[in-house]
Amino acid sequence: MKILVPVKRVVDYNVKVRVKSDGSGVDTANVKMSMNPFDEIAVEEAVRLKEAGVATEVVAVSCGVGACQETLRTAMAIGADRGILVETDVDLQPLAVAKLLKALCDKEQPQVVICGKQAIDDDANQTGQMLSALMGWPQATFASKVAVSAGKATVTREIDGGLETLEISLPAVVSTDLRLNEPRYATLPNIMKAKKKPLETVKPADLGVDVTPRLTTIKVAEPAKRSAGVMVADVAQLVEKLKNEAKVL
Amino acid sequence: MSTYVAPVKDMLFAMNELAGLQEIVGLPGNEDVSSDLVEAILDEAGKFASEVVDPLNKVGDKQGNKWNNGVVTTADGFKEAYATFCETGWNGMPASTEFGGQGLPVTVSTAVLEMWKSASISFSLCQMLTLGAVEAIAHHGSDELKATFLPNMVSGKWTGTMNLTEPQAGSDLAAIRSKAEPRGDGSYAISGTKIFITWGEHDMAENIIHLVLARLPDAPPGVKGISLFIAPKFLVNADGSLGERNDLICASIEHKMGIHGSATAVMSFGDNGGAIGYLVGEPNRGLEYMFTMMNHARLNVGLEGVGVSERSYQHALAYARERIQGKIIGDKSGEKKPILHHPDVRRMLMDMKSRTEAGRAIAYYVAGCMDRAHSHPDADVRAANQRRLELLTPVVKGWCTENAQGITWNGVQVHGGMGFIEETGAAQYMRDARIITIYEGTTAIQANDLIGRKTAKEGGKSMQQLLADIAETGSALRASGNAQLKAIAEALGDGIAALDEATNWLIANYDANPQAAAAGSVPFLKLTGIVVGGWLMARSAAVAAERLDAADGDFYKAKIATASYFAQHVIPEANSYRDAIVGGAESVLALEEALF
Repeated sequence: MKILVPVKRVVDYNVKVRVKSDGSGVDTANVKMSMNPFDEIAVEEAVRLKEAGVATEVVAVSCGVGACQETLRTAMAIGADRGILVETDVDLQPLAVAKLLKALCDKEQPQVVICGKQAIDDDANQTGQMLSALMGWPQATFASKVAVSAGKATVTREIDGGLETLEISLPAVVSTDLRLNEPRYATLPNIMKAKKKPLETVKPADLGVDVTPRLTTIKVAEPAKRSAGVMVADVAQLVEKLKNEAKVL
Repeated sequence: MSTYVAPVKDMLFAMNELAGLQEIVGLPGNEDVSSDLVEAILDEAGKFASEVVDPLNKVGDKQGNKWNNGVVTTADGFKEAYATFCETGWNGMPASTEFGGQGLPVTVSTAVLEMWKSASISFSLCQMLTLGAVEAIAHHGSDELKATFLPNMVSGKWTGTMNLTEPQAGSDLAAIRSKAEPRGDGSYAISGTKIFITWGEHDMAENIIHLVLARLPDAPPGVKGISLFIAPKFLVNADGSLGERNDLICASIEHKMGIHGSATAVMSFGDNGGAIGYLVGEPNRGLEYMFTMMNHARLNVGLEGVGVSERSYQHALAYARERIQGKIIGDKSGEKKPILHHPDVRRMLMDMKSRTEAGRAIAYYVAGCMDRAHSHPDADVRAANQRRLELLTPVVKGWCTENAQGITWNGVQVHGGMGFIEETGAAQYMRDARIITIYEGTTAIQANDLIGRKTAKEGGKSMQQLLADIAETGSALRASGNAQLKAIAEALGDGIAALDEATNWLIANYDANPQAAAAGSVPFLKLTGIVVGGWLMARSAAVAAERLDAADGDFYKAKIATASYFAQHVIPEANSYRDAIVGGAESVLALEEALF
């Protein structure tokens, strides 16, 4: 069984992001980039399935600029067998990525696509769901437990107020939540071996996909600063302020 | 609290532009290494240092180690972190592939080791001591000893120690008294007391392999009668399994000023008839064997200076960005702003940053010399690099560790009153840094080596060659037509003149007036550090000036500003050191003993 894992190169979670002065986006020049943490969980899960003898091959895919190769090498250092880079300088939106992944799924025929539930840069939380629709495959999002056997996957997912367990037939798309697993640290020998694993580069045009953005970003701004609160003397004053100042009563 | 973030970009810059990484990855034996692999290694190591090692540092400081009847328990989390450290292969990284290491160039392992040292000196010491012992056994031990001990030490399953110091034998190892009596079966019975044994006892590994300096019954007195032995905590059976407990025990652990996370043990050998030990190499050559590891060990402690300085800087910078205090002089807005805007806080941070980067520059440059001295196909290049390496090793050790004192001191100062409060964490770096000018040879021992064996005794040839190289950089900068680079070159020129004059004075006076020469030895070491640091910062600025239009132009802009700061504020110290060396010995030696 083959597993396909899409991985995205994002601003490292430790970096305090800054909005560009012209409001056109977030400043990514000179900023540390790494693999989206949810995708790291996805790679870890796929590698564990391979180690358990369930999967036979784990293919990591990244869509974006040439530097995404580093992200693929990280995935291969964790244990993915090979990587595919869909290289483009276009700013990719979820639908474009989902179409690229569809083209790769048609070609690679994986039984499961395990992806992060969202990327920490735009928090879109759309790509997995769109891919599932484009492929006509079942989806199980926000997985906190995954068991795969004989053409089926049993997925426990995190929902408001508890856990829900679904059984889906394969092929399918599974998206990972934070508690699915704790990704391992890549070992030094595996980091070195990752350099020798195959990494194929294709262009969106090779896959017949038009990745032109469909959405326009109008403005990016910092969240408004919270102003300091005031202590009220008693309930009467609180009610008075809510009525006359905040005008919510 | 801040979190350590490995300065991968600056590390790669120093590796590529100063150590010569491109050339090094092309040397024979480095076929598996490429520069993008190096970046991947640094990224992963940086992640491990931030997420696993850095959080241990404060816990180790607060809890320390617990001693109970010979058993030492490490602080919470150390055992687990060490296990992961070994599983991921970081422990054995610098060791040769023959014993399970990765055999990477010293330049690469130097950057990775700096990260462990930044994150926690205490934690990093266990690996450092183990690898030092590995090196000694690999170079001088028999095949049988190598096969028995090395694979498990490289993997980290067993750790190693260095048992040199005794209560009466500190810097003067000739005074060692520990004894080794032949037991008739090829092994020896070792007895004696050793002190200051870093990671001498702990609960992180199943066995501890002690390297011990001791005297054979017929040994001549002094340094020529010291032999090197392996004495494992648990004896190793023929099949490799662990056997009986050896007759050696951790008698106590020390109460220290810093590095509380690592146990510093008093080791007692042979209380019940003698600890079983195995001779490494030939009898009476122990000290000589120890010295073959000295370049590495001293480079590594110098690197501790760089590491702890970097960490202290990051911590102070994070605070300076957040702490809002007072209006800024000359700022018309009249707003209260983070203290980073105050000119004197900037001065302190620039001082910390520029000295740290200069320290990293020297340490990595010397690591590059080590790689070329070891692997370059041309014998002349090997020899030239070996000379440069030997000349600068005491400078890396002495200067980077001395610098760390002022840097970590400023790290406290930036915090103001909160720096004096342990909770902020700034003080720990200062306390931890305090040992590094002392162990592995005090600054005076380094300076003694620099003025004697490395300079005066060879007529200053290596130093003159170095000065010629520095002058060449100065000329190139002057010819560049760039005003900033020219200004740096002017300052560097003063530094060159000061070091040249001091060197000539030293050569003229070393034999005739050894006390006067020794009185100026530490100033001479610091003078050398400043000029070499200034040289490498100048070279960095020259590279950066070419890249200001690159996408990451801000990094290079900062590089030039940092080099300019170093040229304006640090290089001028060279003159006062020169004056102290050339004309200041008399007052050092003037007082009769009774007048102190």
